[in-house]
Amino acid sequence: MIEIESVSKAYGGVRVLDDVTLTIPTGGITSLIGANGAGKSTLLSVAARLLPADSGRVRVDGLDVATTPSAVLARRLSVLRQENAMSVRLTVRELVAFGRFPHSGGRLTREDHRLVDEAMAWFELGPLADRHLDQLSGGQRQRAYVAMVMCQGTDHVLLDEPLNNLDVRHAVQMMRMLRGMADELGRTVVLVVHDVNVASCYSDRIVAMREGRLVAEGPTAELMTPELLREVFDVDVAVHELAGRRIGVPWS
Amino acid sequence: MVLTAPQRAGRRRRTLAVLAVLTLAAVAAFLTVDVTGSWDYALQQRGRRLAAMAVVAVAVAVSTVLFQTVTNNRVLTPEIMGFDRLFVLVQTVAVFLLGASTVTTTDPRLRFAVEVVVLVGFGALLHRSLFGRTERDVHVLVLLGVVLGSTFTSLTLLVSRLIDPNEFLTLQDLLFASFTSVDRQMLALSAVLVVLLTAGVWRLLPHLDVVALGRDTAVGLGVEHRRVVDRALLAVAVLVAVATALVGPITFLGLLVANLARQLLGTHRHAWVLPGAALLALLALAGGQLVLEQVFGLNSALSIVVNFLGGIVFIALLIREPRQ
Repeated sequence: MIEIESVSKAYGGVRVLDDVTLTIPTGGITSLIGANGAGKSTLLSVAARLLPADSGRVRVDGLDVATTPSAVLARRLSVLRQENAMSVRLTVRELVAFGRFPHSGGRLTREDHRLVDEAMAWFELGPLADRHLDQLSGGQRQRAYVAMVMCQGTDHVLLDEPLNNLDVRHAVQMMRMLRGMADELGRTVVLVVHDVNVASCYSDRIVAMREGRLVAEGPTAELMTPELLREVFDVDVAVHELAGRRIGVPWS
Repeated sequence: MVLTAPQRAGRRRRTLAVLAVLTLAAVAAFLTVDVTGSWDYALQQRGRRLAAMAVVAVAVAVSTVLFQTVTNNRVLTPEIMGFDRLFVLVQTVAVFLLGASTVTTTDPRLRFAVEVVVLVGFGALLHRSLFGRTERDVHVLVLLGVVLGSTFTSLTLLVSRLIDPNEFLTLQDLLFASFTSVDRQMLALSAVLVVLLTAGVWRLLPHLDVVALGRDTAVGLGVEHRRVVDRALLAVAVLVAVATALVGPITFLGLLVANLARQLLGTHRHAWVLPGAALLALLALAGGQLVLEQVFGLNSALSIVVNFLGGIVFIALLIREPRQ
């Protein structure tokens, strides 16, 4: 469970998070939606202690992220940012193996190696294991990063735009895998997603933000309404029921 | 061609072994080539110079690799940030204010201590102004280094115009990297400092491997990023100060050996890169000094030889590197 308590954050006078209070329950997939600059990524970063909050606090399983040692949190919560440019040259296997760092420091055990292989197999990275990251396409690289995060084996997984650079096939596959992580492994997955329909089709709960404030949160079906989407995105969105799912169509 | 992980590990071990052999050969040649007269005397003299080279090699290699790791880049070195130009400025100002004879006759240990304190102080200041803020931008860092470096150089030029021409000659001797006139006690002190710092840094190496992935990834993986960076930078400041105060500025060496080591070993892991870079640095210094003595008859400066030969090797490697 992630408890966010009246968190605020400003960048040079501009408030990007304004008194956000939110509880993300254990299990399932929660998607953060909102227009550009709504504060989704900042909220995710604050929750993952990558950014300090100006006020308020965040607790993960009851642990305050601002005061708990980073190494302890790294065994309960993993995070992937949107931008992951690195100055070092790594192979896919080396990158994914870093996911085991919180558990075994720099020395991998036999079990760690097994988990690394497993994570690479999940994301179909086996044939690419010994390629360098700079030799991969953007989508392959993105899968490698998510595999690293999965390899960390934490109960809470926070992902900022995990579908970046993925083609349709791999995007669908990624969402299915995240669904699997939530359903089969009981992980709590929190995503920042651009596409409302991805949020609608794959997540259990939606958190809608606008200009640094929480607009609404709740089960997906309750939030996929034309009124709410209009309020969040400032665009008229028609919502249709298709094969049991609610699909928003803004191009009307 | 894609190598598997065990193949890569094998190649790394072989590369490091070849480097060690080459370095040993250069060291042996440096000690034994062209000895005339007493072997005891020659070995003692050359042994001391060799020890100075080893200390400087380790200090330069470790400081550059760590600096590049914590600043997440492969082109900046502590020297580029203006450290050695500050050294030049301190020497120049000292000669200007106190006179060349006072400076050269002062207890070398005192001079050494003052130089180390000034350079570490500068390092701490740089650290506070750069890493105190939340956003660390490499471009700001480069810019600051260039500005500081040219400021130091301009000040040095200004002061050196004011100096008596005879004293200026003495000053020039102080400013060129030289292994021929290293004080024995200073050498021992430097060696102890470098060994202690390197041992202290060694325990940080797995964390530094993660820090090299960038701040956010490192924090996400549970590394106390700020603490690791602080310690590494403190070690860098002391190491650079020790190396520069011991033999004078050697600008290009660090950049050269850090990148060469990464390239030759094909990894960024510090446990491999640090020994590789240190071996390369010793190879460059001992080999360079040999060339300097045998080919140029001491009519040049070691830094010129190292920069010239090293630069050629470096450019050759850059051009040859396969870009897929």
